[in-house]
Amino acid sequence: MSENFDVAIVGGGVVGCAVARELSRYQLKVVVLERASDVARGTSGKNSGVVHTGINVPVGSVKGKYNVRGAEIFEQYCEDLNVPFERCGKVIVALTEDQIPDLEVLKEKGESIGVKQLEIIDHDRLKEMEPNIEGAGAINVPTAAIACPYTLNIALAESSAASGVEFMLDTPVTGISGEQGDFELETPNGNVSASLIVNSAGLFADKIARMVGVTRWRIWPCRGEYLILDKSVGGMINSMVYPVPPKGGAGLGIHITPTTDGNILLGPSADYTNDGDDVRTTAKIRRQLLAEAGEFLPGLAPRHVITAYSGMRPKLVPVSVGGFGDFVVEEVPEALGVMQLVGIESPGLTAAPAIAEDVTAWALERIPAEKNPGFKKTWSSVRRTREEELEVIDDLIGEDSDYGEIMCRCEMVTKKEIVDSINNELDATSLNAIKYRSRATMGRCQGGFCGPRIVDLLLENGKSPESLTLKGGGSWLFMGTTEDLRAEGKALRAGAK
Amino acid sequence: MGDREFADVAIIGGGPAGLAAAAEAKGAGAERVIMIERDERVGGILNQQVHDGFGTKVFKEALTGPEYSAIYEDRVNERGVETWLKSTVTELTNDRVITVRSERGIETIEAGAVVLAMGCRERTRGAIGTPGTRPAGVYTAGAVQYYMNVSNLAVGRKVVILGSGDIGLIMARRMTLEGAEVVCVAEILPQPSGIAGNIVRCLEDFDIPLYLSTTVVEIHGNERVTGVTLAEVGPKMGEKKGTRRYFDCDTLLLSVGLIPETELANALGLAMSPVTNGAIVDESFHTSAPGIFSCGNVLQVHDVVDYATLEAEKTGIAAAKYAMIGELPETNINVTAGAGLRYVLPATISGGDAIDFTMRPWKEEHDKSVVFKSGGEVLRRMKMPHMEPAGMIRIRVGKGRFKHVVNNEILVEVEE
Repeated sequence: MSENFDVAIVGGGVVGCAVARELSRYQLKVVVLERASDVARGTSGKNSGVVHTGINVPVGSVKGKYNVRGAEIFEQYCEDLNVPFERCGKVIVALTEDQIPDLEVLKEKGESIGVKQLEIIDHDRLKEMEPNIEGAGAINVPTAAIACPYTLNIALAESSAASGVEFMLDTPVTGISGEQGDFELETPNGNVSASLIVNSAGLFADKIARMVGVTRWRIWPCRGEYLILDKSVGGMINSMVYPVPPKGGAGLGIHITPTTDGNILLGPSADYTNDGDDVRTTAKIRRQLLAEAGEFLPGLAPRHVITAYSGMRPKLVPVSVGGFGDFVVEEVPEALGVMQLVGIESPGLTAAPAIAEDVTAWALERIPAEKNPGFKKTWSSVRRTREEELEVIDDLIGEDSDYGEIMCRCEMVTKKEIVDSINNELDATSLNAIKYRSRATMGRCQGGFCGPRIVDLLLENGKSPESLTLKGGGSWLFMGTTEDLRAEGKALRAGAK
Repeated sequence: MGDREFADVAIIGGGPAGLAAAAEAKGAGAERVIMIERDERVGGILNQQVHDGFGTKVFKEALTGPEYSAIYEDRVNERGVETWLKSTVTELTNDRVITVRSERGIETIEAGAVVLAMGCRERTRGAIGTPGTRPAGVYTAGAVQYYMNVSNLAVGRKVVILGSGDIGLIMARRMTLEGAEVVCVAEILPQPSGIAGNIVRCLEDFDIPLYLSTTVVEIHGNERVTGVTLAEVGPKMGEKKGTRRYFDCDTLLLSVGLIPETELANALGLAMSPVTNGAIVDESFHTSAPGIFSCGNVLQVHDVVDYATLEAEKTGIAAAKYAMIGELPETNINVTAGAGLRYVLPATISGGDAIDFTMRPWKEEHDKSVVFKSGGEVLRRMKMPHMEPAGMIRIRVGKGRFKHVVNNEILVEVEE
């Protein structure tokens, strides 16, 4: 069976889902094809969550253009979608006196690209702002902000789905044939026809480009490991703390970033790898992150770490060329009808809403469409209660007693929030789908208490043990019941005899 | 929001410590005792511990976890303790006002005395920093125990266990009996973390190898665990070159330590011990905040539940006294852990009562003594044929001995 869509978006990261949301303002038939069991599972779900000002990108670059525009509209975006956003500011810290001239250069560049309110501050002023941070001086960037990256990605997807966009999860695109107006995308879940294609496949955007005959790009995956610190030490910093960017490096250097949930992130490292899925964490980088961040934050201790994870940058330049590769946001002559969004690494989160505006304009030029009366301008998938006033919570419990049962003690997530996450708009079914919507299992006990209770809840809802996964695919959680295990053991022993 | 409730004693946590403290607080004359439990039943971890061996100290017989728990559940019910189930304390203030969230709404309790009995949580992969991929199939031992014994679920077929804590050892046996293959147990320390009896009953009896000074240096598998790499570690826990060994498995089970659930205590700013990670208490288990007490695993991680019970019973009585009479014995004598001991508890005593001191040694020792000294003189010497970090030491010192205390200082140490 082949369905006909106006636009097929390949990849459900923040860029693909931002495009889906913009397109859902119009009466267009749109499908998002995502290879993972949920959206936000690649680069978009695993980054620092920083809404960049643009100070770090070259003047006149594509990155610069979308970064600045994205930063302008980001706060409203988050408000509409009920996504945590905080203008916490940023300090770019010179550890030693000899880095102070670098700050001047950065400030000038930032001002030329339009970043406002930049000021160079001395050691004493830095200490006033950040008592726990060491440094000779810094640039204060008060307009920099943070947002919750995976919550934004999920909200973009769910609001789009509620506005009529179709989402096909667990659906990798394995081949593309046809031409503008009549593309055919092959997937294990059947073929999909579309007039236009948006290639927002992130780490695999080069492979999708090749499927439509464009061979000029290669993605160089660059892994970044992070450590997450316990909320009990979340107050160690007030704003983001960045080093002066390392010259020729692949990233902005290891920074210390608060999250909108009150944790602190350390990272990311920068290690090139051949495999975009190789998101392992290593002992070496753990030590390195603690040591490097410790230079700025002497109070940091290994026991503050609750867990580690890795993200992956889809870089367009290899390590030999150095740090900078610009975003590709264009339709190229050898593949008309395909919008190529390639190499969207940092500041891709910030840029996504702006890129989505231009992609939508491009699509509307080719397929004019009326406004969609069913467009959901505002959206809230899971109502969080952690930061609500007691009176409000009490009223909510009156409406639904599930708000009174805290299942995840560490993150103060109620049963109602978990039930809402289970019943999500995308029908994503893994344990991680619940985790990234509710935050249950993300705290210091990492699901030790609530994990089994969430599983009980899923079983009560009629799921079979064998069907439960951590993140879809082959990530099964249970081989079955204990009876199944015993029976299998018996059969094995009988076979051995 | 409901009216403010008043209680003589409020107990936070309905596990073994909370149950014993609640029963004894009521028995000692506290009129209204409220025990607040977040789960849908009391008993805490005992509910999932279907093996026997509980109660050998208190009842002189080996009971299962649920049997042991049921005795105390009956006791709190008979004595008229109010138990609030599926209720979570979201805030506790220094003037002992407790905010509770439950299906009934938000309620506040003003208590004459509060007993912290929240128990502990398991240390996780993230906390110990095990490197590798992030597949399904990495579980803490306690979670697997719940899955198997409460939810009847089997987590995997072929299991490597990291850490030789008691729950891990018990799960090695349990999983073997249920038909899974336990490939080995790796322990980063040069000695087991679980008690000696469990090494024999749970590993040796089932021919499960235990590799000491060994840890997991890499987890493999993108979706589900496909194997782990183990390596030996040197004295400073660094990986020894050339000792890597790969093991096929679909499950990695972690039994790598317990951490007291002290979040409410931390929020109060209580004086805490950096060694036990629990509150610093006096002989009445009274913390640095007036009217707030602590016992059970949130105070110090116990090896045997019976001792948590005994500790909690004393705490319950002291909390009732504080709530009803308003005072406790003054404790001017400081007790310090010296050579060979990680800690000793309580930190201060009055000298007017016999005290059961609890402590743990740094390392395994044979035929040594634990001595209580003051002003260079020995108050009490206890011969210890065997000591190990996995086992808690309990030594009673009669009140007569405290007459000889000099300068209000007692030093406790291990002696040849």
